[in-house]
Amino acid sequence: MTVLNSKIPQGPVSEKWTYYKAHQNLVNPANKRKLDIIVVGTGLAGASAAASLGELGFNVKIFCYQDSPRRAHSIAAQGGINAAKNYQNDGDSVYRLFYDTIKGGDYRAREANVHRLAEVSNNIIDQCVAQGVPFARDYGGLLDNRSFGGAQVSRTFYARGQTGQQLLLGAYSALSRQIKKGTVKMYNRTEMLDVVIVDGKARGIITRDLTTGKIERHFGHAVVLGTGGYGNVFFLSTNAMGSNGSAAWQVYKRGACMANPCFTQIHPTCIPVHGDYQSKLTLMSESLRNDGRIWVPKKKEDAEAIRAGKLKPTQIKEEDRDYYLERRYPAFGNLVPRDVASRAAKERCDAGFGVGSGLAVYLDFSSAIERLGKNVIEQRYGNLFQMYEKIVDENPYETPMMIYPAVHYTMGGIWVDYELQTTIPGLFATGEANFSDHGANRLGASALMQGLADGYFVLPYTIQNYLSADIRTPRMSTDLAPFAEAEKNVQDKINRLMSIQGKNSVDSFHKRLGHIMWEKVGMARTKESCTAAISEIKALRQEFWKDVRVTGSATEFNPELEKALRVADFLELGELMAKDALNREESCGGHFREEYQTAEGEADRQDDKFMYVAAWEYQGDGKEPILNKEPLVYENIKVAQRNYK
Amino acid sequence: MDFTLKIWRQDGPEAKGKFVTYQIKNISHDCSFLEMLDQLNEQLVDKIEKPVCFDHDCREGICGMCSLYINGRPHGNDSGITTCQLHMRKFKDGDTIVIEPWRAKAFPIIKDLVVSRTAFDKIIQEGGYVSINTGGVPDGNAIAISKVDSDLAMDAAQCIGCGACVAACKNASAMLFVSAKVSQFALLPQGKPEAKERVEKMVAKMDELGFGNCTNTGACEAECPKEIKLTNIARLNREFYAAKLS
Ligand SMILES: Cc1cc2nc3c(=O)[nH]c(=O)nc-3n(C[C@H](O)[C@H](O)[C@H](O)COP(=O)(O)OP(=O)(O)OC[C@H]3O[C@@H](n4cnc5c(N)ncnc54)[C@H](O)[C@@H]3O)c2cc1C
Ligand code: SF4
Ligand code: FES
Repeated sequence: MTVLNSKIPQGPVSEKWTYYKAHQNLVNPANKRKLDIIVVGTGLAGASAAASLGELGFNVKIFCYQDSPRRAHSIAAQGGINAAKNYQNDGDSVYRLFYDTIKGGDYRAREANVHRLAEVSNNIIDQCVAQGVPFARDYGGLLDNRSFGGAQVSRTFYARGQTGQQLLLGAYSALSRQIKKGTVKMYNRTEMLDVVIVDGKARGIITRDLTTGKIERHFGHAVVLGTGGYGNVFFLSTNAMGSNGSAAWQVYKRGACMANPCFTQIHPTCIPVHGDYQSKLTLMSESLRNDGRIWVPKKKEDAEAIRAGKLKPTQIKEEDRDYYLERRYPAFGNLVPRDVASRAAKERCDAGFGVGSGLAVYLDFSSAIERLGKNVIEQRYGNLFQMYEKIVDENPYETPMMIYPAVHYTMGGIWVDYELQTTIPGLFATGEANFSDHGANRLGASALMQGLADGYFVLPYTIQNYLSADIRTPRMSTDLAPFAEAEKNVQDKINRLMSIQGKNSVDSFHKRLGHIMWEKVGMARTKESCTAAISEIKALRQEFWKDVRVTGSATEFNPELEKALRVADFLELGELMAKDALNREESCGGHFREEYQTAEGEADRQDDKFMYVAAWEYQGDGKEPILNKEPLVYENIKVAQRNYK
Repeated sequence: MDFTLKIWRQDGPEAKGKFVTYQIKNISHDCSFLEMLDQLNEQLVDKIEKPVCFDHDCREGICGMCSLYINGRPHGNDSGITTCQLHMRKFKDGDTIVIEPWRAKAFPIIKDLVVSRTAFDKIIQEGGYVSINTGGVPDGNAIAISKVDSDLAMDAAQCIGCGACVAACKNASAMLFVSAKVSQFALLPQGKPEAKERVEKMVAKMDELGFGNCTNTGACEAECPKEIKLTNIARLNREFYAAKLS
């Protein structure tokens, strides 16, 4: 059993980070040059960390599976990034952002980490502006803000509907500058397949060059994972096709704990599924909920007629529409947090009021267009409307959009302490890959904030506290036994996959896994559904290892093999998610256990039993993992039932 | 819908490539172009043949990874979109569709339809940034920037680095790509101090990497999925000559 030490510094919550920085150990400039750091991932969390560490003088190696670091999944984020600047003078503050994030996370996140996140949020905006990120501005030339779900202030900074792109390109530009200077070495189209542990510390990784299939060993005094989330375990999600959970799963198997793996965010505003050939789901930014109103018909007959194609939404009279979010949550209306909005949509559709295929609700802009004019709406959301029209072939200026919830983000992830260090010394995790800041539900525009906070302003400090003890450790040879052992582990897995020569494609297994996850460990879970999922996944995994067909060879560019390696890990991770969901006998945030709901159908937390982080520890193939618990203590925020009414 | 596909197959960078013809049936109108290729690949795996390799990741038009030359046009026969945003409803039942990789000396083929665009990263490394370190920067609202300039900078900054402009150009010039980055910074006060060096170094690198010259044919603008304007090239030229004269 691992002892979880979260290493939270002493003092009042608002002074912990200052205290930490004042007392931590640093590495002097001459020694930085002698230290190698491996960063896996070039998303916001990885690119910002690598650039900052390179600037400080460390030797950095950075890896991504795409053909360029600029293409990491962070590029797809649309809506915006939060910060407590209070530029709008509407009452925002570091405390309020901290409070909203803890409350939004349904009291399952660590206070100290979240407070630090809110503190550094303002530095992020300054940094990005200085990099030349073209944030939206008002006519006076100052930065503009919009509102996002779960907040009553306007604190979201944005760059049209492409905020993630512009922030990532900012981090990529800083990274490019360091690559040119030679402090950072870039390995693109290279996938990490294992971590190497020497004498109990993370000292390197094993990679596969995706263009040649060559397996390589890399040494680092420390290893940082910024490898993103694992939402693709559901097959259909809003994540990029290559997003995966493999790096996290490899380190789990080497002793790092996986925390709250069942905490998945289902985003309320995605384009509904339209066919079984579908490969991914497209998000329509949450910012649309600022001006769009969500509704379904009040009468079942109307919903049926719409589904049969006999009625159009524009023919439904105002009084026959059920704006169910405004009805149920008058204080927040269409801007309730994501988990609440998603469940409410499912509730209406399950009750027979869904439109489209039956699994869709309307997001209507007609009153906003009337109020503000088509021009304003076009300025705000033009590119999103265009994207919708390209996909669905309908014009959202004229007819309401159809939306339905889809898997979007994973709050769970690798367990880290206050320093972002995992339970393996020298192994750190940043961004979506770790579990730390969002509890059971993440607020919109907070993932970008967390990725950049971790990479620019937290890890570059905390990693030095670790490395300061390592300045006399010389670079190690990659001929050491643990490197050879890890490489053999990777090679064996690849050989095994290639030799099965079964009958069914990798994708067919992935789709079946996704189906089990969505139906049984998705938006609503029960004891029965989780138990069934565990045994079904086990059976599917056995079938996979007997019957998967991976074409081509391992020594060439081979996307089928890449997918097979990732799906093999998803088939194990999915089971752990179901176990975690089964263990957590309460509803909180994105985790909804049907057995635990209030009379009004709201999540019913069981604080006396589950106010803890569930950190699972691997015990070997086929053995039950150990559940370690990190109790959550709230000293600065009064724990309450979330109320958005 | 049914289609005949003529697809460029090439085993590796040095191998000789050729067109191979495939038939695909029962494709839905609402299916995306890449989902159509997914279905072809499922069939190939079924027959124990090697699937067609192509680059893709986000499948929503923002990562810039997808890169197919379809019936003689980068990203196919629709405007303002990437390959992954192209839908089969844009084709007619029974069509023959020719699919090739980007073709340019600076973008060597890795396999089938996959090319290397590392050359773009190398150009950015020459100066596609503001030389500041993390921390110690002024408040975000310390300088006001006119909305007009900031909007124009954003127009240019939208480039996704896909390389369609190079693929569309008969000279395989990277001018539109380079001009988008140069313009973003030329329009913003943050970019001013290094403007001269930036444009000189990025243009020199572009030439060194084997991209061709710009002869103002405008094919790049017509095919750019993000509708990056030729006016950016004009701005780049102004910046470039100003740098040379100073
Ligand atoms: C459509 C969409 C819209 C979103 N909009 C917003 C928004 O408006 N605001 C907000 O705050 N958040 C938003 N999010 C969430 C946010 O974008 C992500 O949580 C965040 O960008 C994750 O960043 P990251 O750096 O942790 O990981 P990623 O950006 O996912 O990067 C992961 C990196 O790891 C690499 N990698 C992974 N595995 C390996 C491996 N084994 N070997 C080598 N490299 C590997 C990848 O190549 C990539 O470079 C959105 C998400 C989606 C899907
Ligand atoms: S300028 Fe347009 S075509 Fe060229 S790389 Fe950028 S987005 Fe692609
Ligand atoms: S796959 Fe990302 S732009 Fe097409």
